[in-house]
Parts: sequence; C-alpha cells; structure tokens
Amino acid sequence: MNQLEIRDMKTYFFLDEGILKAVDGVNLTVGDRETIGIIGESGCGKSVMSKSIMRLVTKPGEIVKGAALLNRKDGSWVDIFALEPNAPELRSIRGNEIAMIFQEPMTAFSPVYTIGHQISEMVALHTDLDRTKTRDRVVGLLNRVGISNPSQRYDQYPHELSGGMRQRAMIAMALSCNPKIILADEPTTALDVTIQAQILDLLKELQREDGMSIVYITHNMAVVAETVDRVYVMYLGQVVESTTTQQLFADPLHPYAQKLLRSIPKPGERVEKLEVISGTVPTPIDLPRQCGFVSRCPFAMPGLCDKKMPALYEKEEGHFVRCFLYSQETEPEDEWTNI
Amino acid sequence: MATADRPNIPIGDASQHYVDRRSKELLKRYQGTRERRQKKAEQLAEASQYQLMLAQFKKHRVAWVCLYLLALLYIIAIFAPFVAPYDKLQRFEEYTYAKPSQVHLVAADGNWHLPFIYGRTRQLDKKTFTYTFTEDPSKRYPIHLFATGEPYQLFGVIPTNRHLLGVEGDQPFFLLGSDKLGRDLFSRIIHGSRVSLFIGFAGVIISFVLGVLLGGISGFYGGLVDTVIQRIIEFLMSIPQIPLWMALSAAIPREWTGIQKFLAIIIVLSFVGWTGLARVVRGKLISLREEDYVMAAHISSAKPMQIIVRHLLPGVTSFLVVSITLAIPGMILGETTLSFLGLGITAPDVSWGSLLQDAQDVNVIANYPWLLAPVGFIMLAVVLFNFVGDGLRDAADPYSR
Repeated sequence: MNQLEIRDMKTYFFLDEGILKAVDGVNLTVGDRETIGIIGESGCGKSVMSKSIMRLVTKPGEIVKGAALLNRKDGSWVDIFALEPNAPELRSIRGNEIAMIFQEPMTAFSPVYTIGHQISEMVALHTDLDRTKTRDRVVGLLNRVGISNPSQRYDQYPHELSGGMRQRAMIAMALSCNPKIILADEPTTALDVTIQAQILDLLKELQREDGMSIVYITHNMAVVAETVDRVYVMYLGQVVESTTTQQLFADPLHPYAQKLLRSIPKPGERVEKLEVISGTVPTPIDLPRQCGFVSRCPFAMPGLCDKKMPALYEKEEGHFVRCFLYSQETEPEDEWTNI
Repeated sequence: MATADRPNIPIGDASQHYVDRRSKELLKRYQGTRERRQKKAEQLAEASQYQLMLAQFKKHRVAWVCLYLLALLYIIAIFAPFVAPYDKLQRFEEYTYAKPSQVHLVAADGNWHLPFIYGRTRQLDKKTFTYTFTEDPSKRYPIHLFATGEPYQLFGVIPTNRHLLGVEGDQPFFLLGSDKLGRDLFSRIIHGSRVSLFIGFAGVIISFVLGVLLGGISGFYGGLVDTVIQRIIEFLMSIPQIPLWMALSAAIPREWTGIQKFLAIIIVLSFVGWTGLARVVRGKLISLREEDYVMAAHISSAKPMQIIVRHLLPGVTSFLVVSITLAIPGMILGETTLSFLGLGITAPDVSWGSLLQDAQDVNVIANYPWLLAPVGFIMLAVVLFNFVGDGLRDAADPYSR
C-alpha cells in the first residue's frame, strides 16, 4: 500500500530571467516502510521537490501542476496540493504526518532557544500533552536517537552540541510526532564520514522500530547503495531512471546514470583518472523541447534527442528509463510545455 | 512505479483544488509572454550591476513613482520664480489674510468655462473688526497658463515676465490664501522649497563625509582610535538636539546675508547629523573586517588603503546610498524646526519652516487655517524620500538577488 503518491508534479520559478522549470513532471510513489532515494547533482530539483511536497516553496516559486496524495494516519486520503497555503489541515500534515530532516544542523536550530524547547514546540503543536509529559517525551526521544544524558541535554543550546549531536537532535525533532514519512534532505552532507554512518544506522534502526517510510534526497551514492530500496535518478527536474537499488547499480540504463556510477571512485581500484561527465547542467530556463541530457550525452542521436523529449518507459518490470535508446515514445505535451 | 494498488481517491471539486486553481491563474498571466521574457533575459544577462539595481528598483512601484514626484518637486524648486505666480515679497495690501481663491469651472449662468476665479471685494466686519471677502460673480478672471506677470530674472540671467499660472488684471490669485501682509502663500511655499529641499542635500553631503571618514577610521583601526571617536559620538548624541542647535545658531552673526545663513545652518545640522551614519559605517566595517576575503587580501599583502577602498567600501556602498536618502528627510525636518523657532532662515528669505512661524499662534490657526499649508509640503517631501529610500534598500541589497 502506498503512503504517498506524487503525480506529474511541476514546480516552476517565475523569475525576471524567465520561467525556471525546477521540477518538471515528476511521478513518485513511497510505499509503506519503504526507503526511497532521490539522487542527482546540484540544481537538478531534488530539494525543490521535497519542499514542494511539504508545500514550502516560496515566491517566486509555484507548484503549477500535479497531485500529491497522502495516506493519513487515520487512513483517509488527502491531496496535499489541493489544500490552501494557510489551511490548518496543511499544518497538521507538516511535522505530524511528513517530517523533514534538514541538511544544515547548524542553522536549522534557532540559537536562542534550548534544544529541548524547540523539540517540545513541535510536540506541543501536534499533541495535547501537558508540559511535564511533553518534557518526558522529548527526553525519551533524545535518548532514542542516542544522545547521552538526555535530561541534561534538553536544557542545552544548539551551540553547546557537536554537529553529529545536533543532527541527532534534528532527527529527534522529526520523529517527535511519529510521522509516517520522513523527508531527509541530504541529512549527512555536513557531517564527517564516521558520524554519517552512525546517523544512517540510527535512521535505519528507527525506521525498523517505528515502521516509517524514508525519502533520502542526496547526491551521495554510498548512502543510496547502503540504505535505499528504490532509487529515482533526477536530471534537470525530471526523473530519468527509476528502479530498485540493486538493479540500478547492476544495470543502469540511462546514459546519465551510467556515467554517474562510473564517476565514483572505487576503493582498492587504481585508476589514472576518474571518469567525468563533460559539460555542465544547463539552466532550465526556456529550454527547447528535447532530452535534457542531450548536450552531455555520448549517445545523443542528432535529429531525435535534440528535437523531442523522451517519455519514461518501462523497459523491464519496475525499471523505468527516459531515453530514446530504449523506446521512441515521446513525452506528451500539456498546457505548460510551450509557455 | 507500482500502480496496481493505487487507491481510488475522490479528487473532489476541481475548483477547490489549490494548485489547479493557481495553475490556471499563472497560465493566464504567462501565456504568450515567451518572447517578452526572452528579450528581458537577454537584457539582464548583459546588464551591469547598476542596471540590475535599476531593474530591481523599478519593480518597487511605489518607490519608482515617488522618485518621479520627488524629481518634480526639485524641478519646481529650481524654476521657483517661474512656477510661483508672484514674488515671495510681493504684497497685496487689500488682501491680508485672504482665503484661498476658489477655482471655478461653472459660471453663475451655468455655462462651463476653463478654470477661472471670481473677483473678490473686501468688507470690514464692524463687530469683529476682521475683513471678510465676498465673491462678485459679475467679474470672471480666467486662469492663464504662461500668464504675464511681474518681471523677474530666471536663474538671475534670463529676463522674463511669464509665470506658469496666473490671473491677468487687478485681481490677485491666491491658490493657498495669503498671509498677514497680503503675500501669496503658494508663491512663498514654492520659493521656500528652494531652501528646504536643497538644505537636505547639502547637509547630507557634509555629514556623509564626516560620518564615512570618522566611522571608517573608527571601524577599520579599532582600539584607542575607535574608543575616542565612539565616546565623542556618544557625547554628541547625549546633548539634547534642540538646545545644541540653538546654541550653534546663536553663534551665527545677525548681519550675515541669506546665503551665508543658509550655509551656516547646513553646517549646524550636519555637525549633529553625522553621528548616526558614523555608527552604521563603523558597525558594518567591523563585521566586514573579519570576513575571510579581507584576510585573503591581507595575506596577498595588500596595503590597508587598498583593502579599504577595493574590498571594504564596495560592501558598504549600498548601505550608504540608503542611509543618505533616509537622512535627507531628517535634515529637512531639522531646518523646519530651526526656522520655526526663529533660529534658522529669517525674513526676507523664506523656507517651509519660517513660513510656519506665522502659524505659531492658536488664534491665527483657528481663523486662518490655510497658513498650515507648508506642513503638507514638508510631509510630502519626507514621505517621498522615505519611500525612495525604501525602494533603494531593496534594490541595493545584494542578498536579495
């Protein structure tokens, strides 16, 4: 049973320079207790996507199309995109049903309140526990995420904690209302490698205990390989390949995914030079209708790849790819195509 | 993408769907604007920093409109003798404390005309001993554009007798009434705007130089220099402003001419006004001094002057531009206060503040409320400057892009 279904999500930024299509038609499903990975390089729309799901995109950005169906805790379904921006229902979803872990544990906490105060705020907003019970619950949470002396840490300020501790506190905050889905936007980027592994293990453990679904948004292939069930590879605001993790690493279909995997250094293997993907990602402003990767693709077919946009095609069971090498299908146009 | 277990969700009323509704609005707004957008993008791509700022400033509609209005005010001030119907000292003895002339479009016979005023006659009220004016519908005086009037010399060199607005004949035209000597208040306000508006600019220039120099030294060098300068600033700020102004203006010799007094008042105002700017510059420099790029400049053995001019000052220019625009209204109000108290501009020169001197008496205000008209002009100028400063702040802030 799916917990979250995103259908044809488009988030555009209406800038002076033109319309920037940050997310351009993404379909995504998150199953029960599933761990999803979304990978792609900087600027491919990963973070905008997660913000769109939380309806946190701010002007000049706008979600212009799509539906985001969420299975709520009480079993009912709601389309997050149908809600008004200031709807109370939306606030009851944020943090409560879908929680988010941010990339920068340094700046995600306010420096003027204690850690405990900030986590309690979240609990107080979504539950009707009294003050002592809230405190007990938050201390329990801090304990669960592996913070030593939790009742003492409760009264400490963010600057008194190390980076890893702060990230753990962030996770405690995200978990505080037993969300069904956690969006982790590059949760380990700001941490060093040993702490990264600890945090990932912690999330895995918590996921097993609580039965949550986690969406990792990352550009770190190691995180993907180690923890994720299913991967979406994003490029220029679109999903170019989606499949299980094993399949992606064993048999990547899209030229971008292939190159991406080949550009990772493998421990113990000596190479003269790592393979790089030549060129840079174009800015998605008023691009012609073509495959986004055409300018960097070694297999680009002139007259086809630079003239039409391929559709996401299911090559094998559960293995989707958006490339003309596998299918001649083109992406159907809609009212936003030629805007 | 497993679609087999896709739940059957009641999508509900489409008009209730926020994103769908918003999408339609946006689609309507942006449909067919592709060419225009591309043109704009090309312009922006090769735009300089200044052009980007201008583009940003133009987006702040209110500020943009206010800038035009402000320019208009200054143009009026520059062409004051032309815009004003009369000279600032021209008296109409028959018309002391005359009410503002009523501008009519429809005559007594019901016909439409170009704007005109009626002739007025004065009677003495035997009970109150005040003069009352009654309109005489039989005499119409049309208001002319570029009317001939008193001869004057525009900019002191071009002799002419044309005024922007005026009434020809023996009837004076008081747009905003007249004062106790029968002088046209509107003309006096227009003439007074020269002093009031330009004192702001001139005063800000002096306090700007002082503020940037002393604040810059204080912030960049720190230590003892900083302490001394900051204590001086605190001392100046702790003196109540009005007594300080009064003391300084008392030092202005009585026999000085209008221009000399004008300059002296500027110096008085800016002597007090530089402290705020110095604080801003100091605070900004202290934070910029600690930035890594300044350290990098030190490491590449740049000289202190190079660091200040090439690396530190560009970081504060936007703040400076904004604080200058926001300081001008302060100067205008300062001049008004001084002149109102009789310490600034004195007769025969006029400024908005000295015009308000006539309105110091409650009885006068009760009987002749139009004498408060300069207040409206002061407020207009201050508000316009504040809005322009606001727009500049948004445009100059490099972090907003």
